[in-house]
Amino acid sequence: MEPGGTGTYLHYLLVGLLWTLATALAAWVIALAIGAVVGTLRTTPLKWAVRLGNLYVEIFRNIPLIVQMFLWFFVFPEMVPQAVGDWIKQMPPPWGSYIPAVLCLGIFTSVRVAEQVRAGIQSLPRGQRLAGIAMGLTEAQTYRYVILPQSFRIILPPLTSEFMNIIKNSSVALTIGLLELTGRARSMQEFSFRVFEAFTAATVIYLLTNLLVVLLMRLVEKKVRVPGLIAAAGAPQAGH
Amino acid sequence: MGGFDFDVIERSLPYLFREGMTFTLTLTALAMTGGIVFGTLLAMLRLSAFKPLSMLAGAYVNLMRSIPLVLVIFWFFFLVPYIGAWILREPNPIRVGAFWSAAITFTLFEAAYYCEIMRAGIQSIPRGQVWSGYALGLDYWQTMARIVLPQAFRNMLPVLLTQTIILFQDTSLVYVISATDFLGAAAKVANRDYRLVEMYSFVAVVYFVVSYGLSTLVKGLQERIAIIK
Repeated sequence: MEPGGTGTYLHYLLVGLLWTLATALAAWVIALAIGAVVGTLRTTPLKWAVRLGNLYVEIFRNIPLIVQMFLWFFVFPEMVPQAVGDWIKQMPPPWGSYIPAVLCLGIFTSVRVAEQVRAGIQSLPRGQRLAGIAMGLTEAQTYRYVILPQSFRIILPPLTSEFMNIIKNSSVALTIGLLELTGRARSMQEFSFRVFEAFTAATVIYLLTNLLVVLLMRLVEKKVRVPGLIAAAGAPQAGH
Repeated sequence: MGGFDFDVIERSLPYLFREGMTFTLTLTALAMTGGIVFGTLLAMLRLSAFKPLSMLAGAYVNLMRSIPLVLVIFWFFFLVPYIGAWILREPNPIRVGAFWSAAITFTLFEAAYYCEIMRAGIQSIPRGQVWSGYALGLDYWQTMARIVLPQAFRNMLPVLLTQTIILFQDTSLVYVISATDFLGAAAKVANRDYRLVEMYSFVAVVYFVVSYGLSTLVKGLQERIAIIK
């Protein structure tokens, strides 16, 4: 029986998986949106935009994820006007930690997406941009019709691994009280003292989720691959 | 919140750095050394022509890379006392402190990531280098140790160091087993004095300064040691 006393432990963990996925997907939307904009800005000839983009990337890349979680959860509500802060603090249980977790993960991952987007754009031959300009397109149109559509197709494989990272990283949200998969495995272990079973179940669920994502993305990757290009293996990268 | 209290930071500085930062840096150094050594061995296994070995190493690396670090930390915190008892032939699980548990966890976990970097490094060496080693009469270990690995290390040094900066940041996750690393020490002060804003902002600034400083150094190094091809 689960801690709430309503269902089986498996059910309890699967609800955890749903929270993990809900956190990861919502954060992924934020990460893609900001990452695409910041990554693109950093390749433009605009000096101030490049600097601003670099600043953003350096800040969120050099602070550990768990510390960023604490900043969003403990520090941010104190920094905004008191009325807003009180409203944030009074949010009912899952949302009070879900929303900061999504914001934190989304922004943390957006930096990594931005790096991929920038690398993708810079991997295109210079001729693509020049051809766009020669056709009479403006800078913005060149990005919209020539550069971005190609680079997004190129960076799909590294983006897939970023998506798997966001699923794994969402486990850090347990430190601010979100009962996602890992958090539930831990509390199940505390209630039942079945440590081995709890962690094994969580591990298996993570492995299956990973497998599913890989298989799904392989289908998508096959569909959007740019014909004629050797599948990008990518340079060796540090990661976690 | 009534003003930002710098005093609490100043008062706890000795504790934060002597206890916390020492823990963090020792853990980072141990896990880096152990992780690179074990990771390199794993990479050699993965590239081995003997299929069962390469599959075993591959399975280990993929398993470690598919589950969250937090879960791995929990796993080892629970398993290490039993494994220790088994190795030392003790009847009961032995007592292992948070530090050694974390050191073992991070070594084994990061080894999977270092392995992938070293594998790419080894694969970037032209095959002729290995053949010339064998032609000179060196055996596998000699060829690896004297010819392939030194070049692979040099090529991969910036990536290995970047991974170490990530490791340095990731050690803050030992918070989940209540270890007193830099973040853990700050959290203890924060909760005792109810100064969460001050302590967590300070922790963020310190991590930022260290990581940013190190990554700037790595960038400089990268430009200096790059081999022009």
